[in-house]
Amino acid sequence: MSELVVRDLQRSFGGVQAVGGVSFTLCSGDLLALIGPNGAGKSTCFNLLNGQLRPDSGSVRLDGTELVGLPPRHIWALGVGRTFQITATFASMTVAENVQMVLLSRARRLFGLWRPAAAQFREPALALLDRVGMAAQADRPCGVLAYGDVKRVELAMALASEPTVLLMDEPTAGMAPAERLALMVLTAELVRERGLAVLFTEHDMDAVFGHATRVLVLDRGRLIAEGSPDQVRADPRVQSVYLGGEA
Amino acid sequence: MKHRHPTASPLAKVLRPAALFAAMSVAVSAAALTAGPAAAQSAKEPGKFSGAPVRVGEINSYTGLPAFTIPYRQGWQLALEEINAAGGVIGCCELQVVSRDDAGKPDDAVRVAQELVTNEAVDVLAGTYFSHIGLAVADFAARNKVPFVAAEPLTDAITWSKGNRYTFRLRPSTYMQAAMLVEEAAKLPAKRWATVAPNYEYGQSAVSWFKQLLKEKRPDVEFVAEQWPVQGKLEAGPTVQALAAAKPDAIFNVTFGADLAKFVREGEGRGLFRNRKVVSLLTGEPEYLEPMKDEAPEGWIVTGYPWEQIDTPAHKAFVAAYSARFKETPKAGSIVGYITMKAVAAAITKAKSANAEPIVDALAGLTIDSPVGPVTFRASDHQATMGAYVGITTVKDGRGTMKDWRYADGANYLPPDDAARKMRPAE
Amino acid sequence: MSFLLVQALSGLATAATLFLVSSGLTIVFGVTRIVNFAHGSFYMVGAYAGWSLIERFGGTPAGFWGSVAAAALAMGVLGAAMEIGLLRRLYRSPELFQLLGTFGVVLVVQDLTAWAWGPEDLLGRRAPGLKGSIDILDQPFPLYDLVLIGLGPLVLGLLWLLFNRTRWGTLVRAATQDREMTSALGVDPARLFTGVLFLGCALAGLGGALQVPRESVTLQMDMAIVVEAFVVVVVGGMGSLTGAFLASLLIGQLQAFGILVFPQITLVLVFLFMAVVLVLRPHGLLGRPDEAPPTAPATVTVPLLAGRHAGTWALALLPVLAAAPLVAGDYALILLTEVVILALFAASLHLLIGLGGLVSFGHAAWFGLGAYGSALLVRHLDAPMPLALAGAPVLAGLGALVAGWFCVRRSGLYFAMLTLAFAQIVWSIVFQWYAVTGGDNGILGVWPPGWAAGKATYYWLTLALCGGALWLLYRAAFAPFGYALRAGRDSGLRAESVGIDVRRFQWMAFVLAGAAAGLAGGLYAFAKGSVFPTLLAVPQSVDALVMVLMGGIQTITGPLAGAVVFHLLESEVMSLTDWWRLVLGLIIVALVLVFPKGIVGFLSGIRSRT
Ligand SMILES: Nc1ncnc2c1ncn2[C@@H]1O[C@H](COP(=O)(O)OP(=O)(O)O)[C@@H](O)[C@H]1O
Ligand SMILES: [Mg+2]
Repeated sequence: MSELVVRDLQRSFGGVQAVGGVSFTLCSGDLLALIGPNGAGKSTCFNLLNGQLRPDSGSVRLDGTELVGLPPRHIWALGVGRTFQITATFASMTVAENVQMVLLSRARRLFGLWRPAAAQFREPALALLDRVGMAAQADRPCGVLAYGDVKRVELAMALASEPTVLLMDEPTAGMAPAERLALMVLTAELVRERGLAVLFTEHDMDAVFGHATRVLVLDRGRLIAEGSPDQVRADPRVQSVYLGGEA
Repeated sequence: MKHRHPTASPLAKVLRPAALFAAMSVAVSAAALTAGPAAAQSAKEPGKFSGAPVRVGEINSYTGLPAFTIPYRQGWQLALEEINAAGGVIGCCELQVVSRDDAGKPDDAVRVAQELVTNEAVDVLAGTYFSHIGLAVADFAARNKVPFVAAEPLTDAITWSKGNRYTFRLRPSTYMQAAMLVEEAAKLPAKRWATVAPNYEYGQSAVSWFKQLLKEKRPDVEFVAEQWPVQGKLEAGPTVQALAAAKPDAIFNVTFGADLAKFVREGEGRGLFRNRKVVSLLTGEPEYLEPMKDEAPEGWIVTGYPWEQIDTPAHKAFVAAYSARFKETPKAGSIVGYITMKAVAAAITKAKSANAEPIVDALAGLTIDSPVGPVTFRASDHQATMGAYVGITTVKDGRGTMKDWRYADGANYLPPDDAARKMRPAE
Repeated sequence: MSFLLVQALSGLATAATLFLVSSGLTIVFGVTRIVNFAHGSFYMVGAYAGWSLIERFGGTPAGFWGSVAAAALAMGVLGAAMEIGLLRRLYRSPELFQLLGTFGVVLVVQDLTAWAWGPEDLLGRRAPGLKGSIDILDQPFPLYDLVLIGLGPLVLGLLWLLFNRTRWGTLVRAATQDREMTSALGVDPARLFTGVLFLGCALAGLGGALQVPRESVTLQMDMAIVVEAFVVVVVGGMGSLTGAFLASLLIGQLQAFGILVFPQITLVLVFLFMAVVLVLRPHGLLGRPDEAPPTAPATVTVPLLAGRHAGTWALALLPVLAAAPLVAGDYALILLTEVVILALFAASLHLLIGLGGLVSFGHAAWFGLGAYGSALLVRHLDAPMPLALAGAPVLAGLGALVAGWFCVRRSGLYFAMLTLAFAQIVWSIVFQWYAVTGGDNGILGVWPPGWAAGKATYYWLTLALCGGALWLLYRAAFAPFGYALRAGRDSGLRAESVGIDVRRFQWMAFVLAGAAAGLAGGLYAFAKGSVFPTLLAVPQSVDALVMVLMGGIQTITGPLAGAVVFHLLESEVMSLTDWWRLVLGLIIVALVLVFPKGIVGFLSGIRSRT
């Protein structure tokens, strides 16, 4: 059982407060959705959680360990995986190699100078790719994939590190509706099977309300609502700042 | 005459397709350029000579420092033509020269030397301008037992601390030229001296010899400032200002070329030379004096080459032949190139052989009559006794030249034989 | 007091020239992201053209200033022509290819200038009306330098107006921020780039022409200025005009006062200064950190080619190479030995560029340190060759360990210039530490012992050691280490977020590349018998870069082919003609235009098409 406790996280850029005092708790088995309009501060939140940005103040604890101040790779090593809103993969490598890199990193075998990387951890990588539906494209260069496919590679890469906490920034952007559904189903399965704690952002409200166990609503850097999908859907403030715009 | 050496073919055989392309492009460019100037220079009439030609491999920084090396090349070309017109060497054999550029890099020079020795089968090496390149080729010559006549490098090391059996040097060394100037400097009333020299071995050894020799003659002098500009990048204004601030009575200058021109301009502009004597190495050579035209400094005590005023018959004949052949007046490099080739020919003729050991033996102690007078390659340290002209700079008819000069015979500015021999490594 | 004031003024005059030249460079880089190596050539030709015009028309003030302006405009036109004829065709190539192209231009211009104006230094007329000096607190100061001092801020002001008050300038600024945006605005970026090259090269030409009254015009002016201009641009912050101005001022003062305090270290003062600035400020004095770092090869994210079959090729090639002494003569063997050594040198640089995306401008430092490592062991400890050869990668690796720690903290061109700074520092130590390194007269007598003295034996030894090192580099490239390096280059973000310590890998790569280059250097020392500071000088670094780029950076075998082609071309053409720079330059330009992916990239392109 893992627990990510976020307390009063703050970060501003210049004068603009991108994240202003966000607190929440994420536990194993949670599929927590973080929603809010563009520019609300969702991605910034993710960057604060995985160490890519330093918060101005606040704390992030994973099972009691303070994560603030650690570099991303240490936070990753503690079991926090992530995917990016703007996809970031290793474009000069094949799909399988991308996943193999993570497996190699996990096994601390990156400093190897002799055995070819392509031959190491290939089977587990293919298995993971199969899980996200990318096995058929395992040997294509990552640089030429369709956007939705890259997202799935990212998911496979995140899973390869066997995280206990997974942060997914708009995991289904660029996918067709059927694919989105499949991905959310897969994520929900993973949460159940592995006891993962997942925080994700999403613009597709069907995906959010169909799968999330809980929902956080962010507006201009502040959490304005938190609760079960039904509670949030019914919250008038949410409707005015967010759902109102959509509907 | 060989134009291409046989490297492209074995290489093409052994390398990958990419290299094949390489070899091909080499071949194409080679074909396009076969009429290059680097081809061996030789006389046109076949059958004039009874013996096999003797070949000289010549290396210099033709692209790196064309302003100095091209007059030098013309000098040896003239000598070569005269030698072959007079029946070649050993009275029977044509003298051929294969000339190469070293791109101003010692490692290229060593490769080129190897190419000349193995592919062009040269019997003697000659040339080089930069000291470090001269040293690299000298080391190669010793290793491969090929006689090498270093024409222009000035470093003392080439005949002394790094001297070797196969290497001889023609031009008066840094030490010799400094000694010539010290003789004049010691006569000046000046007590406070400042120095300015390029920041590398030549500049440093020139300054240290100058200081040492002057102090021996004049224990009362003191050196109050020194400037070490980067060769080719003299910051003229600040340097001049810094020298002036030390209020010296006299200045010893070792900068040359573009740095010198800058230094002179800026120095005049800022009054550095007002009421001060300047003693300056090599500045009287036309290579440095002529580009400055009417702005050439007045009254500096220099070593140089006042070619238009030297009226010995031998020198007049040289100037006439040179000017007729190349439609320009000789530079210091021209006379060095000319004497170099004459010395090489004389050594071969004296040795009566194209083989290395006899030529080396012949070079040791060889005396030739040159346009500047007799020149001897000392057997003790392989340094030639070629001298330099010491005089005062002046501007005449809108161009810089020398006056009140005298020929300082190198023999008088060299340490005695046994002292020189001691400075050389044991054979 | 008055002395210090005049010294400061002298520094300002130096700064003015530096600023003119580097402002052009920073503008060109800021907009086009082209590392214009030929910038110094425009400065030089500007000076030559200025000299010719001033000799003819410079008798009157109007004629003089008209001549200066005409020379500047002419350089602008030449710059625009270079953009249209060469650079424009390369915007889709890996960005460094433009650097290679402009390097070809440098070589061509050197020879054409020598051909047009002759080899001798040309001392021009002084500016009419400004010949004398005035007394400033009793110290004479040249009038012309005062004018130059005024010209610096004047040009800065005019450029500011141009960029802030005209439509063209606004577009250019927009393009600096975001290249794609300009095309979205309906502006033809090609036309904009032509204009920028015109402006940048005209500024270089102006700087050159203004030197005519101060110093003689020489064929060495191009190289002398271009490195310094890069230093100014980087110290000021890439693309920042005000930064360039500030950096010029500082460097001018540093030189003016530096020679008072430490006359002996004028050689490195500028580079030390740059190193300190870059270590303290990652983006130079006024560079903005939020801008995308000016990475040169970031676009090279294509898969690494020639992986699968290279091993087979190598196995097939090795016996053939090993048999070469049976057919090749002594000189061919020596050339082959050099080619093998340079192949390792180029491959070691490729490890940084091709895998790590780290473009080093100072790789010769490690080659040279290796050579000196061997030579010093021979000279001071009388070490036998095997020990001396072992010392080469060790010394080079240690040097790279120290320099690398600083360098990998910066990226893009800042990284490149920091490597250059370290290389220059190492060079100047070697150049000046007479007691140990022999200074510029080098170390002689570093010959192999009797058993390895034969050309064939030494060739085999070289082949074995370089082959082994290349094999190791090849394995490393395809081993997790090489992949981690590529991961850091492809996406530093992603790499860090999956536990890859990118800097650590870059640092290790720097050391590995340094050690490999050092081994090459050690072998080179024994092949040549002597070592000199030229082995760690800028031209040697440039050679390595040219070899890598010529071969193509996307392939492991590229640098090897590049080394073969470049070295054979250079040595062959050099022995054929005095105009070898012209020929070599034209060949490089042609190569860049015909094979924009490098030689091996081109060959594999053909293979995959058929
Ligand atoms: N690196 C940055 N520099 C400056 N402002 C930033 C930066 N990253 C994000 N912001 C600003 O912070 C706010 C939140 O952005 P972001 O977290 O990306 O929103 P979301 O992901 O919810 O769309 C926006 O106003 C954005 O412009
Ligand atoms: Mg976002």
